[in-house]
Amino acid sequence: MLRYIIKRLLMLIPVLLGVSIIVFLIMRVFSPDPAPIVLGQHATQQAVAAWRQVNGLNDPIYLQYYHYLTGALTGNLGTSYYTKLPVVKEIMSRFPATIELAIVAIILASFFGIVIGVISAVKKNSIFDNAGMFIALIGVSMPIFWLGILLIILFSGALHWLPSNGRINPLLEPAHITGFFLIDSLMAGNMDAFFDALRHLILPASALAMYSMAIITRMTRSSMLDTLQQDFIRTARAKGVPEGKVVRKHALRNGLIPIVTVIGLQLGSLLGGAVLTETVFSWPGIGAYTVECILKSDFPVVQGVVLLVATIYVLMNLIVDLIYAFLDPRIKYSKKEV
Amino acid sequence: MEPKYSSNPDENLQAAEYVEKPESQLKAMWETLRQNKAAVAGLFIIGILAIIALTVWLSELMGKQILPYDPNYADMTKSFIKPNAQHWFGTDQLGRDMFSRILDGTKISLFVGVTAVAISLTIGVIFGAIAGYRGGKTDTVIMRLMDMMLAIPSILLAIAFMAALGKGLDKAIIAIGLVSIPEYARIVRGSILSVKENDYVHAAKIMGNKTSRIIYKHILPNVISVIVVRATLGVSTAVLDTAALGFLGLGVQPPFAEWGDMLGRARGFIFSAPYTLIFPGIAITITVLAFNLLGDGLRDALDPKSRIK
Amino acid sequence: MLLEVKNLTTEFKLKRGIVKAVDDISFTIDKGEILAIVGESGSGKSVTSLSIMGLLQKPGKVTGGQIFYKSQDLSTLSKKELQKLRGNQISMIFQEPMTSLNPVWRIKDQIMESIMLHMKLSKKDALARTIEILETVGIPSAAQRANDYPHQMSGGMRQRVMTAMALACNPELLIADEPTTALDVTIQAQILELLYRMREKFHMAVMLITHDLGVVSEAADRVIVMYCGKIMEEADVRTLFNNPMHPYTIGLLKSIPQIDNDSDERLYMIKGMVPNPLNMPKGCPFSDRCEQSMERCTQEMPQLQDIDGHKVRCFLHDAKEGGSAKQ
Repeated sequence: MLRYIIKRLLMLIPVLLGVSIIVFLIMRVFSPDPAPIVLGQHATQQAVAAWRQVNGLNDPIYLQYYHYLTGALTGNLGTSYYTKLPVVKEIMSRFPATIELAIVAIILASFFGIVIGVISAVKKNSIFDNAGMFIALIGVSMPIFWLGILLIILFSGALHWLPSNGRINPLLEPAHITGFFLIDSLMAGNMDAFFDALRHLILPASALAMYSMAIITRMTRSSMLDTLQQDFIRTARAKGVPEGKVVRKHALRNGLIPIVTVIGLQLGSLLGGAVLTETVFSWPGIGAYTVECILKSDFPVVQGVVLLVATIYVLMNLIVDLIYAFLDPRIKYSKKEV
Repeated sequence: MEPKYSSNPDENLQAAEYVEKPESQLKAMWETLRQNKAAVAGLFIIGILAIIALTVWLSELMGKQILPYDPNYADMTKSFIKPNAQHWFGTDQLGRDMFSRILDGTKISLFVGVTAVAISLTIGVIFGAIAGYRGGKTDTVIMRLMDMMLAIPSILLAIAFMAALGKGLDKAIIAIGLVSIPEYARIVRGSILSVKENDYVHAAKIMGNKTSRIIYKHILPNVISVIVVRATLGVSTAVLDTAALGFLGLGVQPPFAEWGDMLGRARGFIFSAPYTLIFPGIAITITVLAFNLLGDGLRDALDPKSRIK
Repeated sequence: MLLEVKNLTTEFKLKRGIVKAVDDISFTIDKGEILAIVGESGSGKSVTSLSIMGLLQKPGKVTGGQIFYKSQDLSTLSKKELQKLRGNQISMIFQEPMTSLNPVWRIKDQIMESIMLHMKLSKKDALARTIEILETVGIPSAAQRANDYPHQMSGGMRQRVMTAMALACNPELLIADEPTTALDVTIQAQILELLYRMREKFHMAVMLITHDLGVVSEAADRVIVMYCGKIMEEADVRTLFNNPMHPYTIGLLKSIPQIDNDSDERLYMIKGMVPNPLNMPKGCPFSDRCEQSMERCTQEMPQLQDIDGHKVRCFLHDAKEGGSAKQ
């Protein structure tokens, strides 16, 4: 098991290398020269030349990549073209906001997705099933950012129930310990801050969760329908196990196996969706910031973010496989099957 | 079960030839599809959207104004008119008729959606077919590349492509097309690997059929239905991606009316003129919904057991 | 009398029509008796058992008749009362040992679930009982194997586990639906032997469902032969094998391979196929396959006649016609 995990972690290296090359190619080779964008249209020739020299853009491409790589290996991902701050610092100041949003969203999506999916499967072809499937269909068809806009129009504009932008009222902002405001405010014992952060989270997290919830709902339904047909469910009923327990303890435990994969994969797509959600809700996270940096040609930051996201993606895949092995005793990872 | 092999080589040849032709398989799918109400509804909506798009496009080519108003004619004196009998969906911040703009936008969304899928489909199928059929190192290299692309959220990748390529309709199509290549490559490779081990393909090989012939006659027909399903659902993803790029201000640029772009530009008026943000979103959702309905229907028609993957 | 089935009819409502899977059947099982129900697939024997257990799935429904367990009409019981009976007093072994066990539960947990549910034992006592019952059904080093998952066991072992699960709460009636069909011949004999031993030990009644007359001759006290949802013949096992009356039963018996038969004759086969359940013949369902079929057989349904405890549904033995075949 441990060897399997180590092997999988070692696979991170080629993936990160490849991903960094892709980003490097797109942003350094095929993109226009960042100098006029960073320095402005009216920058003098000398200024441009000097800036290019400082940032190593005059070196041959392969040398540029080599410098980047050797830097990255020592934990130096470079500095932002604009703020001159280390990329790691830039990312870390925004990353917790995105992760907090994504985690709350995946919890919402998994909970409602599994509940609606199970009800739909158990009450197949009933009005619950039809309603659940309709919601799921709308969920996969609606643009995330438009759902965000609708939520703002309704809950912020018309009803004035919930705030439409930001993470927290700045006056209540807790000291950054973990960077997750929900946790930081609890650690500080500041319940006002906690509830304010929660209120700020509800709309963006719901908007972000909708698509994943729809996918999880559909997956849960089809997986449960499949499982409920199995012989061992009949065995459980024949043992006199009450129907509720048959569904929860026998069917769901088996049906959950493919659902876990979907949830894991959704976390990846949530990070993409965060780009749009953060833009709509002015959420100070990494997504909206990355878009900004791509548009401003702030290469070091973009490269850093993409490497981070790719790492998370690979780790999530590994975690999903490990949960898989935990849920399904038939799967045993040996060193051979990597 | 009937034995699959026979000592008589002629019979083996027949077994090898006995594969459903693409046409007959598609025909069978169509028959099942017709029974599926949701899919028929999806197809119906797509038909209407296509008619709107074609009509707008053709009348534009002929220089005729068929929409109630010129979708790009700005008149600041008429900005932010609420929906009424003259302007069904109201007017936007520049006084343009929203109804006309949304009808006009149909053509962009459908065009980008379909062409982007055509790009990812073509490249993806070629990559997947080569990887699956050749196997070995070729397979490893191609699929590792695809894995790496999948490790980057597709919207970020598309944005990066747009930043490199510049804004515009054609660039949006390329960017959206490029980011979905891995999905098609994976599907095609997977299908080919599963078909490759089938006895009739072995038989065809033993009989000395050429590789290209084996792919065309035996493997493609089995993969085609999976691809049709994926491509249909792919159009809905592409329409969503187009809208997302437009919303971020990176996609199709004016003078084209594009739904995502309309939403992005009207965002500042979310509290003062919310209706400008309602209708473009409805248009996107209906379009995506129609392709999802059709795609799900096709998948069920193809195999009622295989659901969401 | 432990179980009495009276005029049971079970139907499946399909899009293309209604299938009467079980058509007006009546029988009884006494305490400690082994009753075999024999028939080809589609004869309604499995549906009968599922109807008794109340485990029929959606399109299937009991549409007529009653089932009495210890003189209590099961249809009057609530869901909860039925659940208390199931797995406790009436339990069941299924045909597919490979798929009938939950793949993600340890086998001890699957057996303990039933014990804790019905016998209200503590976890510790339930585990002890589980290991005891696993030993009883002949699982070696039961205390260790109890921790196994189903996929770690062979088919025969799994069927033993299924049997252990069914016996865990000392049921008075065990329904065994083709318990040996999916197993190797040697394992089959072991499982049958096990059932027989358990019957002796716990004095429990067994309703043994099978298509294999070989199994019947070894284990059963009494036999019911079913065809197309109807009882064709019923007798104690010796009578049935020595003096079969229904042409269908005779056909079934003739198609058993005989080891001591040296002749080169081909094994007998009943000609034709089971009729389409949506399109049943008007008369006797076996008439189109029967070698002694008469004009009348295709027009009228023969009644089940009781001739000195030997029941048969055939005009050849119609009491009013004097049991003569030449009419």
